[in-house]
Amino acid sequence: MKKALMREIKAIQIKEKIKDLFLEANFHINPSLMNQLKVASKQENSPIGRKVLDMIIENNTIASIEELSICQDAGIAVVFAEVGQEIHIIDGHFIDAINKGVREAYEEGYLRKSVVDDPVFKRNNTQTNTPAIIYTDIVSGDSLKFLVIPKGFGSENMSAIAMLKPSDGEKGIIDFIVETVRKAGPNPCPPTIVGVGIGSSIDQAMVIAKKATARKVGEHNKDKRYARLEKIILQKINNLGIGPAGLGGNTTSLAVHIDFLPTHIAGMPVAVNICCHAARHAEGII
Amino acid sequence: MSGIKKIFTPLRNEMIKQLKSGDSVLINGFIYTARDAAHKRLIELIKSGENLPFEIRGQVIYYVGPSPAKPGYPCGSAGPTTSYRMDSYTPPLLDLGLKGMIGKGFRSLEVIESMKKNKAIYFAAVGGAAALIAKSIKKSEVIAYEELGPEAIFRFYVEDFPAIVVIDAEGNNLYETEPPKFSK
Repeated sequence: MKKALMREIKAIQIKEKIKDLFLEANFHINPSLMNQLKVASKQENSPIGRKVLDMIIENNTIASIEELSICQDAGIAVVFAEVGQEIHIIDGHFIDAINKGVREAYEEGYLRKSVVDDPVFKRNNTQTNTPAIIYTDIVSGDSLKFLVIPKGFGSENMSAIAMLKPSDGEKGIIDFIVETVRKAGPNPCPPTIVGVGIGSSIDQAMVIAKKATARKVGEHNKDKRYARLEKIILQKINNLGIGPAGLGGNTTSLAVHIDFLPTHIAGMPVAVNICCHAARHAEGII
Repeated sequence: MSGIKKIFTPLRNEMIKQLKSGDSVLINGFIYTARDAAHKRLIELIKSGENLPFEIRGQVIYYVGPSPAKPGYPCGSAGPTTSYRMDSYTPPLLDLGLKGMIGKGFRSLEVIESMKKNKAIYFAAVGGAAALIAKSIKKSEVIAYEELGPEAIFRFYVEDFPAIVVIDAEGNNLYETEPPKFSK
């Protein structure tokens, strides 16, 4: 009797969904981000900066119409899964299904495979862009929700984490984030989206920072204190003058997205996951 | 910033002298791709006294690992990768006559000194504008290290490839001169 109450989801459905989401993310920039790029182009003071922003907008339009990879770096495949506890996955394994979906998307979409099997020695390309990086939450309900992020490494390499002291306070957080963006300069393909995770533990802080890069551009943290911090930090970043492509200007980042979690009495982890202007992500539900 | 200059590869010294930090250029002719893995191999060849897979004198290297080409397209999306990862490999290539590099992001002091000594140019292409940039790539063929996949050395034939002179042969650096004009 109990078994009949479980909703059955076939592994092949998971594979197909993941494939569709990675294709969508790599070809079509989110409308909220496109809109912000257009706003930035109107507000940019630097002539070179405006030209760069217009090239980015044109690029994203071409990629979407012709279904081409927005950036040649189609990223490492990051998947956030929310698995309803009332579902039963049949005819295959959850993780295998995700990896198959990634492999098919990268093969069929003419997306670059950018994963090597071991980081230090041979660095052989796995030729499939797998394994994907998978974070799974078990939630209530009987659906399966995915957020996929093809994460490029030009910006990943400029990311940083700090184990601040509680006494460092707001100022410590602001200084660390702005300094991380300043040091990155032109490298992470500005204008960037700055994902920030504050609290929890060193590992979890970066996970929520990464997820925060996928928030809709223009939306702030629901907690007004954190929303205020986002606005202050964005202003300070855009006062650095780095500009589009790092060639000078007042558009260095398009958004700062902070998420937070409870943490230990002794600490205040601050993780900064920088994402390039090609902040690609897609969401779907089974 | 002056008007847009049309330039042709291989780069000649007279042209290099005229290119100034901040110039917008359209690059025409053959260029060669190489990123991390290919650079490592090129340097190993130099160390063992062997010939490089292409004549490097006067040439331009583009730091890119392109997407696979869709049917009907000469090349997949092909924007620049971050240049600093190639810094440690770069001075020996400049010493052999490499005249131009296309990438994005900071270069080391050692690279800039070597560029001044060898009279070479560092161009930036717009990172992430990969589908747009690919429109200027008319032909593409792998000339070495096919097994490296996207990290192989490709020879591209480009027409009006859009780039900006970031560091010129005198060492003037747009990444240093421009941002302070806009910082508050």
